[in-house]
Amino acid sequence: MRYSFVMNLEQFIENFADLFDETDPDTINATTQFKDLEEWSSLLALSVIAMIDEEYDVEFRGDDIRGSNTVEDLYNIVKSRVE
Amino acid sequence: MAKVSFHGVGIKALSACVPGDVVYNRDLGYLIPQEEIDKVIDNIGIEQRRIASSDVTASDLCFKAAQKLMDDNNIDPASIDVLLFMSQTQDYRIPATSCILQHRLGLPKTTLCFDISLGCSGYLFALSTAFAYASIEGINRVLLLDGETFSKIVNRRDKVDWPLYGDAGTATLVEKGDFGDSTFILNTDGSGEDAIKIHAGMRHPITPKSCVEREQEDGNIRNDLEVFMDGMDVFNFAISKVPRCVKELLSVTGKTVDDVDYLVFHQANRFMMDFFVKKLKMNHDKVPYCIHKYGNTSSSSIPLTIASELPGKLDGDHTVVMSGFGAGLSWGAVMMQMHDCKVLPVVDY
Repeated sequence: MRYSFVMNLEQFIENFADLFDETDPDTINATTQFKDLEEWSSLLALSVIAMIDEEYDVEFRGDDIRGSNTVEDLYNIVKSRVE
Repeated sequence: MAKVSFHGVGIKALSACVPGDVVYNRDLGYLIPQEEIDKVIDNIGIEQRRIASSDVTASDLCFKAAQKLMDDNNIDPASIDVLLFMSQTQDYRIPATSCILQHRLGLPKTTLCFDISLGCSGYLFALSTAFAYASIEGINRVLLLDGETFSKIVNRRDKVDWPLYGDAGTATLVEKGDFGDSTFILNTDGSGEDAIKIHAGMRHPITPKSCVEREQEDGNIRNDLEVFMDGMDVFNFAISKVPRCVKELLSVTGKTVDDVDYLVFHQANRFMMDFFVKKLKMNHDKVPYCIHKYGNTSSSSIPLTIASELPGKLDGDHTVVMSGFGAGLSWGAVMMQMHDCKVLPVVDY
C-alpha cells in the first residue's frame, strides 16, 4: 500500500498526458485509446514504462502495453501491482 | 548474486578500432517517416554509426585495436599468456576466433585462448574472466579482445534494431601490478531469454526457409538468422535492474556516487542512459557518452566509450564504475581503482 496515496486515476492520466509533447492533455482521458493518438510511438511506450517505474515503482512489461487499449487499462494494471 | 573481488590486477592499456564507413540516421527516410526521424535521433541519441564492409569482421577490428595497443605500449607478443575473444559475431562457428587471432597477432603457441559469447553485458563478464586469469600464479598478462559487428545480423528494414547498432572492435590489456581493488557484481535471468534473440541455431536448425526475409509479428522485416529485440521488455529490464545493481555495488564497496570519477554505461540508447543518471542522482559530467558517434556497439560499447572519451583522463588514480546489460538476460557492474591506464584514441579501420 506504499503508493496508494497517489494511486488515483486522475493523477495517472495527468502523468500519462505529461509524456506527450504535441497532444493536448485535455484530449486525454480514461477511455482514450492511446495507441490511436497520432503522437503514440514505440519510443513513447518507453516513456510510459519509465514514468510507471518512477512514479509508482512498478515493473511494466511490453505485454502490459500491448494488452492495453485505454489509459484506464494501463492504470488498472499499475493499481493491481501497487496494492 | 555473484560478487567477486580482485586485488593487484588491473587494466594497463585499452584501445579501439571502428570501421571507416559512416552511416547517418538522418538518411533513414526509407524506414521511418521523415518527420519522425529527428525525434527518433533525439531520443536514442544516435546521429551516426560505423558499419563494417562485408569483408571486415569483428576480429579484424579487434586485430587492429590490439596491434595498436601492443605497438604503442611496446608489448612483446611473447609476454601475453591468455587471449580472450568476446563476441557474438565471431568469424566462424568452428574454430574459435581467439585461436585465429593468436596466430595473426604473433602470440606464442603457449597462449591460452578461448572465445566468450554474451550479449551487451559481455565486456564485464569477459573482464572478470581476464582478471581471474591474471590473478593466477604463472599468468602475468591477459589480452581481452571484445568486438561486434551487429550490422551483419540486423535487418536494414528492422525499425527497432537498425537505427541502434554500430560496429567496433576493442582491446584491453589486463596484467598483474600495483592496482587497487576491483569488485564485480554479475547477474543472470534466463527467464528473459526471448527478449533479445536470434531464432535459428541448434534448437531451430537452419533451413533454406530460415534465410527468407518476412514480416514478423512485431511488424518488422527479418529472417531467422537476424536479431530480434523486444524494446519495451528490454527497457523495463534495464531500468529495473541496472540502477539497483550500481547502488548495490556502491553499497558493498562502501562508496557513494561522489566517490566515483567516471561511470561508464553500456551505450544502449541515450534515453535509457539519461534515465539511469537521473535515478542514480549522478553528475552528468562523470558519465561519458559516445553513442552519438558510434551507436550501440553491443558488448564493445564500454571499452569503446573509454577509448573515445577518456584518453589521457585515466592517467594517475581514478575510481571507475562500468555497467553493462543485455541479452540473456544478463547484467552487471564493476568498480575499479584504476591506475595509470593508457587509453589510446579510437582508430579507423
